[in-house]
Amino acid sequence: MGFGARPGGQQQTAREDVSPLVKWARNNRRALTSTLFLIVMLIGFTMANPDVFSQFKTYRSVMIALPVSMFLVVPLVFVVTAGEIDLSFPSVVGLASYAFVSIVDQGGDPLIGIGAALLVGALLGVVNGLLVVRIGLSALVATLGMNFFLRGFINILVEGFSIAIPEVRGTFIHTLLADDTIIIAGNQGIPNQMLWALAFTALGVFLYNRHSFGVRVHCVGDNPESAAEMGIDVDRTRILVFVFTGIGAALAGVFSVMINFVWWPTTGDGLLLPVLAGIFVGGTPTWGGIGTVFGGAIGTTIVAFIETGVIAAGLTGFFTQFFYGLIIILSLIFQRFNGGRVR
Amino acid sequence: MKQKYLIELRDVTKSFGNVNAVDGISFGVRPGEVVGLIGDNGAGKSTLIKILSGVHQPDSGQIIVRGREVRNWNAARSRDAGIETVYQDRALAPQQTITRNIFMGREIKNSFGVIKVKTQYEEANRLMREIGFTSKVFDPDSPVATLSGGERQGVAIARALYFDADLIVLDEPTTALSLVETAKVFGFIENVRSRGRSIIFIGHNIYHVYDVADRFVVLDRGKVVMKTARSEIASADVLMKHMQEIAEMAHADAGLSAS
Repeated sequence: MGFGARPGGQQQTAREDVSPLVKWARNNRRALTSTLFLIVMLIGFTMANPDVFSQFKTYRSVMIALPVSMFLVVPLVFVVTAGEIDLSFPSVVGLASYAFVSIVDQGGDPLIGIGAALLVGALLGVVNGLLVVRIGLSALVATLGMNFFLRGFINILVEGFSIAIPEVRGTFIHTLLADDTIIIAGNQGIPNQMLWALAFTALGVFLYNRHSFGVRVHCVGDNPESAAEMGIDVDRTRILVFVFTGIGAALAGVFSVMINFVWWPTTGDGLLLPVLAGIFVGGTPTWGGIGTVFGGAIGTTIVAFIETGVIAAGLTGFFTQFFYGLIIILSLIFQRFNGGRVR
Repeated sequence: MKQKYLIELRDVTKSFGNVNAVDGISFGVRPGEVVGLIGDNGAGKSTLIKILSGVHQPDSGQIIVRGREVRNWNAARSRDAGIETVYQDRALAPQQTITRNIFMGREIKNSFGVIKVKTQYEEANRLMREIGFTSKVFDPDSPVATLSGGERQGVAIARALYFDADLIVLDEPTTALSLVETAKVFGFIENVRSRGRSIIFIGHNIYHVYDVADRFVVLDRGKVVMKTARSEIASADVLMKHMQEIAEMAHADAGLSAS
C-alpha cells in the first residue's frame, strides 16, 4: 500500500509499456506538430510551383534573413515559458546594432563593436527586468513602452540618417559571420549566419532542457509560489530571461547589419509580429511553464517561408498578409490538439 | 540535561499590513523530536513555518540554527541547512515531470549548472518505489498534473526524503488524503523519528497531532499560548479541551474589543 495505490483504472493500463520512441514523441509533441506543419506547408508550396521550390536559391533567399529572427525567438521562448513577454526587442535590435555600427563606422574593430552591442542589449534587458520584476509593471505594457521609448531615442539620436558600413565586406569577421562557406550550387551556399543561428538554437535547446537555468525558468513560469518555496530565486530568474532576450536582440542586430551593410533608424522594426508569431506557431503556449525552443526556430521558419511561397505560387504581394494570418491560425489550431493547460 | 536546539526562533515577529501574523514567538526544535504545532485558522502557523523555511523574512527577532544566529535567511539557505518543508499546497509545478519536481531548486548538476538528467531520473525512480508508487505505470517523466492528490503528496514527501533533512516540516500533511494515505504519512513520520531526525507537524486534526507529537506548541493570534509535553496531557480529549478554552478566550477578547 502506498501513495500510488489506487484501483487500476484504464488510464493506468494505457500508459504501460510504451516504447521509448512513443515516449519521446509524446514529450516533444509540440515541436513535432510544428515540424510536421512546416513540411506539409513546403509540400503544398512545391506542388503549387515545382520549379521555384526545387531550386536551391529559393531556400537560400529565405536563409539570408531568417537567422535574424532565430536569434530573437530562442530567448523569447524562455521569456514566454517564464510567464512573461518582451515586446521591446525590435528597438533593442535597433539600439544595440547602432552601437555596433557607429563603432565600425568610426574605424573601430568590429569585435569591439559586437562587444558594445552585446553590452547594450544586456543592459536594456536588465532595465526591462527591473521594470517588471522590481517595480512590478506588467511585462506586456512595460516592454511595449520600452519599445516606443527606445525607438524614439534612436530617432532623436540620428535624426533619420542611416549608416552604411560597406568597408566590412571582405574582412575576416564579416566572412566568418555572414559569407557562404558551404557551397551548394554554383557560387551560392548556405549563408554562415544560418549556421550561427542553428548553433545558437542548439545552445538554446540545451539550456532550456538540460541546464538548471532553463529548468528553473520552467518552474517559475509553471508555479512561481512553489518555485520560491523550493528556494529558487524567482526574481533573478525572471530578470535573467529579459537579459537573455537583450543579448539575443543584440546578436540579431549585429547580423542584420552584417547582412545588409547598412544600419537604418528602423532596423528591427519589422520583426515584432513575425517573431512573436513564430514563438506560438512553433508550439510554445501563451500560459507559461512549458514550451519548445526547437519549435520556436521551426515556427519562425514557417513564417519566413510564407512570403516566398505566396509569391512563388503565383499570387500577388497583396495576398501575403492574408496567408500570414491563415497559416498562423491554422498552425495554432493544430497545436490545440496537444492539449490545454494542466494544473 | 536539556538537549541543544537544532533550530530556534527568538522573539520573532511578522506582520502583513496591520495584521500581526506572528507576534513575538519563541520556540525551538531539538534533534529527534516531533513537535506538534497547533492552533485555529489565522493563529499564525503557516506564517511561522514560512519564516522557518525562509519563504518569509521576519520583521524582527532571531533565527538560530545549530547554536549560531543566521542572517539573510531565505528558502535556499534553509534547505542548505537541512530543513525540508512539505507545504500545504505541496509546492509543486504541475506541468513539470515528477523528476523535475523532486529536484526543483536543488538539481543534481555539475559545476557548470548542467543537470545530470540520467542520475536524477534514476534517483526519482528509486524514491518513488521507496515511498510506495507501486506499479510501473508511474514514470518519473510523467507530469505531476497526471497524479492524484495523495500521489502529489508522495512527490512532496519524496523530496524531503531524498535530501535526508535534519528537520522536516509537514504543513497539514493529511489534508485531503484517504485513510490509507494518511496512515502512510504516519508511517513516514515514525520512520523519520527512528532515524533521529526532527519533525514539526502542523495539523488541524488534534487527534492526529496528539498521536504523533512528543510535544505541543499551541498558537493563538500570533502568540504561543501553550507549550507542553505529551506526558503532561492525559489524552487527545484533554488537549482538545485546552484548545476549546483558548478559542473561548479568543471570542471573549474579541467581544471586549468590539464593545
